[in-house]
Amino acid sequence: MLLAIDWTELAQQTVIGLSSGGLWALLALAIVLIYRSTGVINFAQGEMAMFSTFIAWSLINHGLSYWEAFLLTLAISFAGGIGIERAVIRPVERAPVLTIVIVTIGLLFVVDGAARWFWSSETRSLPNAFSTRPITIAGVAFSIQDLGNIAVSLGVVALLAVLFRFTKVGLALRASAVNPEESRLLGIRVSWMLALGWGLAAAMGAVSGMLTAPALASFDQNLMQPVLLYALAGAVLGGLESPLGAVVGSLLLGVFVNLTGTYIGWIGTDLRLPLAFAVILGVLLVRPSGLFGRPSVRRV
Amino acid sequence: MNRALGIGLWVLAVAAGLAVFLLAPHFVSDFHSRDLARAGVFFIAIVGLNLLTGYTGQISLGHGALMAIGGYTTAALVVHEHWRDVWTIPLAGIAAGVVGFIIGLPALRLSGIYLALATFGFAVAMPSLLKKFSGLTGGSQGLRFLESAPQQVTGLAGTVTIFGHTMTQNHFLYYLTWSIGIVGFAIAWLIVRGGFGRVVRSVRDSEIAAVSSGVNLARTKTVSFAISGVYAGVAGALLAIQDEIVNPLSFTFLLSILILVGAVVGGLGSLPGLVFGALFVQYLPTISTHVSTRAGVPDFVYGVAIILVMILLPTGVGGLLRRVARPLTTRLYTRP
Amino acid sequence: MPEAGGLLELEGVEARYGPVKALHGVSLTVGDGEIVAVLGANGAGKTTTLRAISGTVRRSGAIRFAGKSVAGRSPEAVARFGIAHVPEGRGTLSELSVAENLRLGAYVRRDRTSIREDERRVLGHFPWLGDRGGQRAGTLSGGEQQMLALARALMLRPRLVLLDEPSLGLAPKVVAEIFRIVRELNEREGLSVLVVEQNAIIALEAASRAYVLEAGRVAVEGGSDELRRNESVRRSYLGY
Repeated sequence: MLLAIDWTELAQQTVIGLSSGGLWALLALAIVLIYRSTGVINFAQGEMAMFSTFIAWSLINHGLSYWEAFLLTLAISFAGGIGIERAVIRPVERAPVLTIVIVTIGLLFVVDGAARWFWSSETRSLPNAFSTRPITIAGVAFSIQDLGNIAVSLGVVALLAVLFRFTKVGLALRASAVNPEESRLLGIRVSWMLALGWGLAAAMGAVSGMLTAPALASFDQNLMQPVLLYALAGAVLGGLESPLGAVVGSLLLGVFVNLTGTYIGWIGTDLRLPLAFAVILGVLLVRPSGLFGRPSVRRV
Repeated sequence: MNRALGIGLWVLAVAAGLAVFLLAPHFVSDFHSRDLARAGVFFIAIVGLNLLTGYTGQISLGHGALMAIGGYTTAALVVHEHWRDVWTIPLAGIAAGVVGFIIGLPALRLSGIYLALATFGFAVAMPSLLKKFSGLTGGSQGLRFLESAPQQVTGLAGTVTIFGHTMTQNHFLYYLTWSIGIVGFAIAWLIVRGGFGRVVRSVRDSEIAAVSSGVNLARTKTVSFAISGVYAGVAGALLAIQDEIVNPLSFTFLLSILILVGAVVGGLGSLPGLVFGALFVQYLPTISTHVSTRAGVPDFVYGVAIILVMILLPTGVGGLLRRVARPLTTRLYTRP
Repeated sequence: MPEAGGLLELEGVEARYGPVKALHGVSLTVGDGEIVAVLGANGAGKTTTLRAISGTVRRSGAIRFAGKSVAGRSPEAVARFGIAHVPEGRGTLSELSVAENLRLGAYVRRDRTSIREDERRVLGHFPWLGDRGGQRAGTLSGGEQQMLALARALMLRPRLVLLDEPSLGLAPKVVAEIFRIVRELNEREGLSVLVVEQNAIIALEAASRAYVLEAGRVAVEGGSDELRRNESVRRSYLGY
C-alpha cells in the first residue's frame, strides 16, 4: 500500500503547498501583528499588499531590476503603513472595535479604488523573482521559485523574530500590544508603536504581494483577494494572538489545501476557498484559540 | 403635558414617514423608484443585521451569503418549480432563517472576532459553492427568470394592477419592498421593546450576568441569528425579484460588507437611523460616480466617505439621533 | 516640615472619569528625600491622585515637579521627567520575561553604562530576580510581582516613585518586606516616594508625613507621629 503512493508527486505538491502557504503566512503575520495590538482585523491588508505590488510593477516599468524595486517598494510600503495609521486609524483609536473594523473596510475601498484609478485594469505581469529552472533534489524536481518563496518567507519571519526578541523597539512593540496602559507609564509612546506595527504589517504584505504576482502568468487588482481569506484561515488555525501560529498555521494550510486539491478531484481548484472556510469553521468549533493560542477559560 | 407632547411628536413623525413612503414615487422618476426599491432591499437586510449585532452584539460578516440563500431559493422556485415570484418571499425568508439558525449553533461557542471571521469565511466561500452546485443554481450563469419562467415575473407586461390601482413595474417593486420593509421594521421594533428584546440586550451587555439571571444563552443566540437570517432571506428574495436574475456575483463578500456598513452608519442598537444607513449604502456609490466615472474613483470616494462618517459619527446616525433626542426623551420620563 | 518648593507640588488638582469628578481640589507636597503617604477609605481618590500626577486621568490644576509643570503632560512624558508610577495591581507586563520587564524599566534612558550599573544595584536589592530572569513575569506570585514592579521602577533611576497600594492582596510578611526595602532605598539612596495605602498602620510607619483623603479632598494632613497619636483621626479616617 505504501509503495502505491507516488512519493515524488507528494514531495512536489508539499513543496508547492509550502510555497503558497509561506506567502499567505506573510499576510497572516501582518494581520496578527495588528490584531494583537488593537483587537482589530485589518480587512484592507490584502488590498494594501496589492497596491504595493503595483508600485513595484511601476518601478520595474521605469527600469529598476526586480530586487531593486522590491527593496524600494518595501520602504515605501512601510512608510505608507505608518501614514495610514496616523491619518485614518489614529482618529478612531478609542472608538468601539466594530467602528474601527468598518474604517478598515472603508480603507479597503479607498486602496482598491486608488489602485484601479492609478493603473488600468488590464492584466500585467511581474518578472520572476527567481529563476524558473527546476532544480533536482534527491532525484525530485522542484521549482526554484517555490523554494525561493519558502526561503524569503522564512527569512522575513526570522528577521521579525529577531526584531521582537532582541531589540529595544521590538520589546516596546510587544509590551504595547499586550499592556498598553502600563507601557505608557514606562515612557513607551504606545501610539507610535501602533503606527510602527502598521508599517511593519504593510511591508510584510508587500513582500507577500510581490512574490505572489510573479507566480501567476498575469495579475490585476484582484490579486490579493483570495490570499486574504487564506491568510485569515492560516492565522485562525495557528491562533490569532500568536505570530508563530500565523506562520505555522499558514504553512500547514498551504500544504493541506494543495494536497487535498491534488488528491481529491472533486475539490480540485474550484473549492479551495470553501475549503479554507471549512478550516476556519472547524478550528473555531474545536479549538478556537488555534494551535498556538492559549485557551482562555470562557465557560458560560 | 410633556408626555402628551412627546407622544404627539412621535405620532407626527410616524405619519410623516408613512406619507413620504406612500408619495415618494410620484416625485421621483420611474428610474429612481427602482433605485429606492433597491435601497429598500438593503434596509430590510440592515434591520435584520441590526437585530443581531446591535442588540446581541454578535458580529456577522456573512449576511450577504444569507441573502444569497433567500435569493437563490426564490430563483429556484420560480425557474424550476414555476412559482409566482412574489409568493416565494416567505419561503425564501424561512430558508435563510433555517441557515441562520444553523450558523447560530457554532455562534454559541464563538464570539466577537471569531464569529466575524467564521461568517466572513462563509461569505467569501459562498460564490464558489454557488458555482459548484450548478444543477440547482445554474452555476456561473445563474438563473434568469425571463429566459426560463417569464410567466412568473410580476409586472412583466410593464404594469401591475393591485387593488384596482395600475402602476408601473418599478413603482410596484418600490411599494412591495418598502411595505415589507415597514412591516419588518415594526416587527423588529416590537421585538426590541418586548421581553425578547430585553433578554437580547442583556446578552449584549454581559453574557455572564445574563446567564446568572437565568437567560438561556444558547437559545437566545441561535434564535436571534435565525430571525436575522429571515430578514436577510426576504431581502435576498426581493433582490432576485427586482433583478429578475441571480448569479454568484450578485452575492459576493462585498454585499455582506455593505450591509454591515449600512447598519453601523445607520447606528447599531437603534432603529431610526437605519433608513439613513440603507440610503447611504444605495446612493453613495451613485454619488461617487457623479464625482467622476473614471475607474476606481467612485470606490475611492465611497471609501473616504465611509471613513469620514466613522470618524465623525462613531456611533452612527442612530447614535447622533439618540444624543439629539435625549433632551426630549428625558423630559418625557423624569419628573423635575 | 518640608521646605517650601518641594520636589512635587500639587495645588487644587481636580480629576474626572468621564462625567464623574473624582478629585475636587487636592493639594499636597512631597519634599526631596521624603516618604509621604496618601491614606483614606476606598473611593476617596487616592489612586486617582497618583493617576493625576502621571497623567493617566483627565485632570486640571497645578502639578509641579522640581519646579517644572507636568500638569498637561502625557504619561510617556511624565516618565521622562523621572517619575516612576507603579500602578495598582503592579502593572506587570505579564507576557514578557522578568528580565525584559526590568529592561523596559530603563526604556527612556540612553546612558547604557549607568543602566548596567543600575541593573546590578537593583539585583543587589532583589537578588532572586537575577535567577528568574527568563521566567514569564505573569507566573510570579503577587509579592514577587510587587517587588519586580518596584525593581522595574528603580531602573528608571527615578527621582520620585509613585507607589499605588503595594500591600494589596499580599500577606503581612511580604508587605513588611516590601516596605522595609522602600525605607532602605529612601534612607540609603534618598529616593522620594509617594505611597498610596489602605493599610494606614504600615504606611505611617514608613512615611514621615501623610495626607488623608475623603471624597476627593484632603481631610487631614500632618506628620505621621501626630496622626498616629490623634485618636479621633485614627478612628474616623484610618480605621483603627
